[in-house]
Parts: sequence; structure tokens; C-alpha cells
Amino acid sequence: MGVRVEGSKGTVLEEAEEKKLREKLEAISKEIRWDIVRMIGLAGSGHPGGSLSCVESLVCLYFYKMRHNPKKPEWRNRDRFVLSKGHAAPTLYAVLARCGYFDRDELWSLRRLGSMLQGHPDRKSTPGVEISTGSLGQGLSAACGMALGLNMEDIPSRVYALIGDGESQEGGIWEGAMLAGHHCLGNLVAIMDHNELQIDGSCCDIVDLGDVGSKWRSFGWEVQEVDGHDVIEICLALDRTDEVNDRPCMIIANTVKGKGVSFMENVVGFHGKAPTPEEMEIALKEIEGS
Amino acid sequence: MIADKGVRHTREGYAAALLELGEKDSRIVVLDADLAKSTQTEKFKERFPDRFIDCGVAEQNLMATAAGLASTDKIVFASTFAMFATGRAYDQVRNTIAYSGLNVKICATHGGVTVGEDGSSHQALEDIALMRLIPSMRVVVPADYYETREAVKTVAYEDGPFYVRLTRPKVPVLFGEDYRFDLGKVKKLRSGGDVTILACGLMVHKALEAAEELAQQGIEADVIDVHTIKPLDKEGILASVSGTGRVVTCEDHTVLGGLGGALAELLGEEMPLPMRRIGIRNNFGLSGTSEELVEHFGLSPHHIAEAAKSLCG
Repeated sequence: MGVRVEGSKGTVLEEAEEKKLREKLEAISKEIRWDIVRMIGLAGSGHPGGSLSCVESLVCLYFYKMRHNPKKPEWRNRDRFVLSKGHAAPTLYAVLARCGYFDRDELWSLRRLGSMLQGHPDRKSTPGVEISTGSLGQGLSAACGMALGLNMEDIPSRVYALIGDGESQEGGIWEGAMLAGHHCLGNLVAIMDHNELQIDGSCCDIVDLGDVGSKWRSFGWEVQEVDGHDVIEICLALDRTDEVNDRPCMIIANTVKGKGVSFMENVVGFHGKAPTPEEMEIALKEIEGS
Repeated sequence: MIADKGVRHTREGYAAALLELGEKDSRIVVLDADLAKSTQTEKFKERFPDRFIDCGVAEQNLMATAAGLASTDKIVFASTFAMFATGRAYDQVRNTIAYSGLNVKICATHGGVTVGEDGSSHQALEDIALMRLIPSMRVVVPADYYETREAVKTVAYEDGPFYVRLTRPKVPVLFGEDYRFDLGKVKKLRSGGDVTILACGLMVHKALEAAEELAQQGIEADVIDVHTIKPLDKEGILASVSGTGRVVTCEDHTVLGGLGGALAELLGEEMPLPMRRIGIRNNFGLSGTSEELVEHFGLSPHHIAEAAKSLCG
């Protein structure tokens, strides 16, 4: 995966390598966005806004950072990923399909009776899904459990969890944050998809999370903040978490809800509403042309 | 006469099983939520500190963390009071543990009104029902020290989620060292023929006492220990009740959705029969001594005997 030069402030990518990596991950992100819009459009329901906002985070994890083997989803030493904000399932499914966990054609059956792709991630239905999520505020705790379990076995794998900012209104997130901080879970990395919107409106108008960075720091986490659509920023931040082994890491990824489809960007209404067939075609063309 | 073998806490049996399991299997991990002394998981903690996690006063986190641990191939026991395990953390138990199909054994103590003085907020009266409602969740309510010990050892090696429900008071010992736990099978403790009394947990001994009271009045009761509420042993239960034609269920729990509810559902579909349910009826618990509450809520051997008599009249 490219040449990574170890520098005093973590990994630094050489210019040519950075360009190559950026091109690769941006191209994948574009394909994933296309898949997401088509999946939700064909399903006629789903959550496009928060699926599109976390594309780069998942792409950087699965195509840059994580050690995993789609041919052996149960590989003991794999890194684990938990999609705590389970409504972004289309993003996870599109990424898993592109990695080779299952055939990409399965994507078009999303949310249909008999599909291996449930509306929210189901561990028993879909290869590569580590744990069922969807009821918010539980995935981070499950990730803590995984990190604790790996530590007990001295398995050097890492656990990555993606949480939402709206989701962080759930008390359970902070119970998990406290436990991870207390146990100094250096093998746990969480990314917050900080798109600032939730179903009923802007997070800061509904119940303001305030200074999220200082909140996580006060729970004993190492905190970084990145542009959640800049793949290089995300990759470098993920690399920096490798050097932190005495506490859990939080990457606050500042994102745009509905990113990549102009009429969905920052539109609250597209949190949980599928595009119409016409809107889907327009969106797919826009992504293709981007 | 019921042999007097003394009284012991069922959670003592739980702790003994955990030590035995932990000794021979490094996959055994125990989680608690600041109640390790009460649930007696503290004994495991002392012996295997690296495989014990106290999640603090955070039961929702306890259950979701247990799920994550189980996904790393651990056999996870998660303990707290029944109220918090099934009420506070219901969503985590349903969606993260059971829906994921993970190997978490929820062993909750302090179910029922016999919790006593702490009162209603700490007396889970609907926990068996709540856990029974969850697809794939199996529910075990052992009657004494030995049944608890052996049940816990059994469920450890049955794949998937379990709910084991224990209570606070010491209960009379019914069985011995040689007790063999047969998951999903009822245990017939007494043969009578006039009426079938089915009980779980600490009510099993009261059912046996009730049978003695009935015998003095010429009524002979079958007494059946239904330690596995789910899956219910339909054949074993129907074999007895088809002979007696009369059924009384006994539980320190609401009559809705637990043992009584399960039996009513079974008999309603398979063999409609006159039945009475001993348990809590549309009430919250109360403060009082365990013994006072048993009387107050009509859970005593005498209440069971009266219910049986009302069917035999």
C-alpha cells in the first residue's frame, strides 16, 4: 500500500505516493457513492445523507488501513470494523462488495425480502458485518468489547468504529467512551461522522453536542480532527492512531451530509428519504461527471 | 416429607460454576456492573482478574460490551440485577446480543418480589417474560444451589444467548452433588395424579410444601420443576397434565408472559384445561421482608394449595 515514510510526526507520504493514493481512494469513493445512490434509489427507502457523508472514512479504512481478508471474513487476526451508525449500511455494503466479501449484484437487493442486505447491518446475514447495529448508541460499546477481547488474547488487531454526531446524543456512547478511556484501549479507534445534521434538523438546534473534541479528550481519548472528505487527511490520521497505544483514539471527521450529490448536500430531508427514480438518475449522472 | 438439606443462595451455585468453568476454559469472561459482591461474580474476579471486567453502573454498556467480547470467541457471562439486565438494557440485549446471535450468558440475580426491602425499583417481575419474548433467547430459572451450578455449566457450552434468572434469598437445597441438569426437560419431583403443580426457581420448594399440605387433605399432586422456561418441554409437561387434567403454575414473577403465560399458551393450543396461575397480578412490588411479601402477594405454599384445591373441588 504505497510507500510510507516514518517521520517524527507520524507517517508522511512522499508526494508521488500521496498523489497515487489520493487518486485511488477518490476513485473508489466515487464508485461507492454511485452504488449508494443506486442501492437506495432502487430500494425506494434508506438513508442517503449519512451514508454519503461517511464514504471516505470507510474507504480509507477498508482500502488503506485495515488488515482484513474478504476470502476469510473470520480470520482471527483481522482488524474489526463496527458501523455504530447502522443506518449508513449502504456505505458498508458497497465497500464490502467492492472488497470482495460478496457479489456486487447483491447491492441492488438492498432492503428487499430475502436479501442478504438488511436495512441495517445484520451480522448473521452479511459476510464481513462484525455485529448487528441500527439501534443507535450501542456499536461503540460493542467495539470496546472487541478491543478488550483482542487484548485478552494478545491479538495485535485493531478495532475501528464509526459513530454519528446525532448518535452521540445517546447516553450509551458516553458509557462506551468512559469504559474505553478507563481501560486505556489503545487498540480502539473511533471516527465521528460529524455532518452536523440529524432527522429533525441541525444537531446544534436539537441538542447541541458542544465542543466534541474536548468532551472526548476529557474521557481520556486522543483526539484528532480532519476534513472527512479528504482521503489523505483521513489516512494520515489513521496512521497516527497506530502510535497511540495507551489510550483510545477519536478522529472527528468533519463532513457534509449528502456529500457528492448537490441537491442532497446539507439537506436535512435526505437523512432518511430515498431519491425518486428521476432524482436517482440525476444524482448518478452528477457522480459520474464529478 | 421433603428432606431438609439446609438452605443456600442460588448465586453461590453460580459463583461455583464460574470458578469451575474459568479454571478449565480461558474463553470464559465475566462482566458485572458494580454489583459483583451481590451477584457473587466477585469470586471469579479474585481468581481470574484478567478475565473479569467491571463495567461500572452502566448496564447498557455492560450488555453491548459483552456482545463485542463474544464476537471475539469469548464465552461471556454478564451479570447484574434482573431489573437492570432485562429492563435497563433490553434494547442492547435484543438488538446487539440476540439479533447478532452472540454467545452471551446473562446471569441475573435478584429477580422477583423476594428481593424484599429494596422495594419495587429493584424487584424485576417481568424479566422472564421480557427475555422469553426475544427470538433465539433461551431462559433458565433454576430452583436451588445445585441446579443453578449445573445449569450454568451447561449453558456455557450451548451456543447462543441465554438468560439465567436467580433470586436473592437463600433457598432450600433440593438436589445433591450428583444432580444432572437436562436443558429443555422438566424435572418431575413428585408424582400424585390429582393435579399438576408446575414451578420455577424458588417457587419449586414452595410447590413441594403445597403438595404436602394437599396430601394431608387427600389430594395428591404432581410437582414439576420447569427450570427451562424456553424452550418449554411440551412433551414432558403434557405427559403429566394429561393425566391430572388440572394445572397450577407458580413463579415469583408476573403471571403474564413467564411460566404461567407460557403454560397458558401451550395448553390453550394443545390441551385446554382448568388452570390457576400463582404469581404477581398487575402490581409493582413493595418493601417488606421476603417472607412478608410472599404472603402479601399470595405466593406461599398455602396459596398454592388453595389454588390447587379450587381446581379439585
